[in-house]
Amino acid sequence: MIANSHDLEHPMDKYLRTDRLPHVWCPGCGIGTVLSCYLHAVDNLGLDKDKLVMVSGIGCTGRAAGYVDMDSFHTTHGRAIPFAIGLKAMKPELNVTVFSGDGDLFAIGGNHIIHAARRNADINVICINNYNYGMTGGQLAPTTPETAYTTTSPYGNIEPPFNLVGLMAVSGAVYVARWTSIHVRRLTKSIEEALEKRGFCFIEVLAPCPTAFGRRNEMRDPVESLKYFKEQAIVKNFVNPLEATIEPNKKFYVGKFVDLEEEMTFEDRLWLMTSEEFLKAPSKKRKEMILGVRRHVKEHMEVLLHTPEPTEEGGKGEGV
Amino acid sequence: MVRDVLTGTHFMNGDVAAAEGAIAAGCKFYAGYPITPSSELAEHMAMRLPQAGGIFVQMEDEIASIVAMIGASWAGAKVMTATSGPGFSLMMENYGLAIMTETPCVIVNVQRGGPSTGIPTLVGQGDVMQARWGSHGPYEAIAVSPNSPQECFDLTIRAFNLAERFRTPVVVLMDESVGHMFEKVVIPDKRKIKIVNRKLADKKMKGHYLPYLADDDLIPPMAIAGEGFHVHITGLTHDERGYPDMSAEAQERLIRRLINKIKVYEDEIIDLEFDEYKDDADIYVISYGISSRCSRRAVKLARDEGIKASLVRLKTVWPFPEKYIRNLAKKAKAFVVAEINNGQILREVERCAGAKPVYFSGLMGGRVHYPEEILEKIEEAAGK
Repeated sequence: MIANSHDLEHPMDKYLRTDRLPHVWCPGCGIGTVLSCYLHAVDNLGLDKDKLVMVSGIGCTGRAAGYVDMDSFHTTHGRAIPFAIGLKAMKPELNVTVFSGDGDLFAIGGNHIIHAARRNADINVICINNYNYGMTGGQLAPTTPETAYTTTSPYGNIEPPFNLVGLMAVSGAVYVARWTSIHVRRLTKSIEEALEKRGFCFIEVLAPCPTAFGRRNEMRDPVESLKYFKEQAIVKNFVNPLEATIEPNKKFYVGKFVDLEEEMTFEDRLWLMTSEEFLKAPSKKRKEMILGVRRHVKEHMEVLLHTPEPTEEGGKGEGV
Repeated sequence: MVRDVLTGTHFMNGDVAAAEGAIAAGCKFYAGYPITPSSELAEHMAMRLPQAGGIFVQMEDEIASIVAMIGASWAGAKVMTATSGPGFSLMMENYGLAIMTETPCVIVNVQRGGPSTGIPTLVGQGDVMQARWGSHGPYEAIAVSPNSPQECFDLTIRAFNLAERFRTPVVVLMDESVGHMFEKVVIPDKRKIKIVNRKLADKKMKGHYLPYLADDDLIPPMAIAGEGFHVHITGLTHDERGYPDMSAEAQERLIRRLINKIKVYEDEIIDLEFDEYKDDADIYVISYGISSRCSRRAVKLARDEGIKASLVRLKTVWPFPEKYIRNLAKKAKAFVVAEINNGQILREVERCAGAKPVYFSGLMGGRVHYPEEILEKIEEAAGK
């Protein structure tokens, strides 16, 4: 006797607004997988759900905030990051994750994300990169590979895409990683690291969009996209993020690119400013207090350029 | 040592007075971007907010500023941003987000001459309709309009109180002249300042709290992030649970309530100031902000000529005092509107004046009225 599917409880149901399911995502879409990795990461760490916040912008990925049973904010297009900054500044005890798409975070919201990284705001950003604007029907994104077809590049894309991990690394992120939606185990681990790390953490996740992108680019079947990820992804940690570009039909790196030692966050500095000790300190002392353990931009770049030699990613078995 | 209310008599400009008003009202978060003629406000907040135990952030643009402010409001703080025309234009989409998500916040717009970059260092009053209709879609707006540094202080406090009471953004429509004008500002004793705080969700309701289920007063109690209510907040049209609902019925229900929660309290919100000629007049001059000070002089000059003129000053421009102007139209012979734009409050007065003629003294910005310019219109209205 098979139980009615409605009676079955998914292990992650405790983190979901089950009354809002089914979700809006298409069959074969990678967003649900990534959301599941986030929820598993939360579960593995045993984090207090009351202190978790998810903020998202607009687009397919932006809908994730509507499904999680925690304080969740679905903001305007491109503005998840400044919303998260304001919220986190006033309640630093919250663990704030921005969950949004490549177009939302890097086109319309591009200015905000580089400044959030520069400030080392203590937020986690999970960016699902499906190479296009899925919700509006498959238009060109700042991540669309050159020559790819989208509804607004009907003759093939003439624009080079952003290298998101490189951009985030040079902007000041203290943690930068890239995975694909087949790397569920490693992605989950990576999200765990980001959730626990203080400072600006960025994880890019390449995900299939068979409905809007795949079908115009010889990956109509989502399995083809996943196969492509499996075949082309080279798992390696601490590759120079500036070299981790994504080009059509070429191998690309996934792994952890940046994982710096803990330093002062934006919020640490904001609240430092309100302390009597700081306000009353002479100028020289104040400068010391501001600098604290935060690296200068120059040091940040030196650390990036002298990261450990690339290492084969640990773990056994399948590269997922 | 929290120094939040600087009780005493000061000599300060309107921008600084508005900043002090915010701090006195309990503002604990400010996000902004430099723009003339509002920068003095940001500079003062940068210095003063940390002393008052608050957070000042200079964001990367005005869009980030208003959104960070909305985020901080959901962390439970009283919040503000300040800008001028170009920045106000950039903020419009998220002005709508604050309305839709019912987020208490205060936006100061120190108006300058526009459109576009216009005349950054000189006065304008061209953003009045923008404060009312600048974001897309139907909604009600609340905007106050101070005409002196003292009022910049007082009305900023009032703006916070209205924002908290009605869970909506409130615009402080200043202008460059008032913002840069130095005058005496009296900051009262902390205990004498009336402070309103938002209605919060009852902790006992955790688990079955509905974030957009309004009380009988049409205003839903607000849950703050991180307190276990697990709210979902969206700019999409939503039901009482906060869940998106893409139906005409949900849109009608939600937007109708957002409008009504301000409309039914109009009498409580609207603040008009009359002069001593109010009951013995047939020409009513309607004005606000810096133009109201020029109008006051014009009314005095008209009185000297024996014209029965009186000034009605709008301390709140939105909601528009429709009922009051309609009533006034019954006894008035004519109206005169003085403002620094091509006729924005003029349209509102015309709409309410019935058959009574409305004369207009408008400027495109860059300077304030000479009282004689307004006087000329009063004389025309009087048939002289």
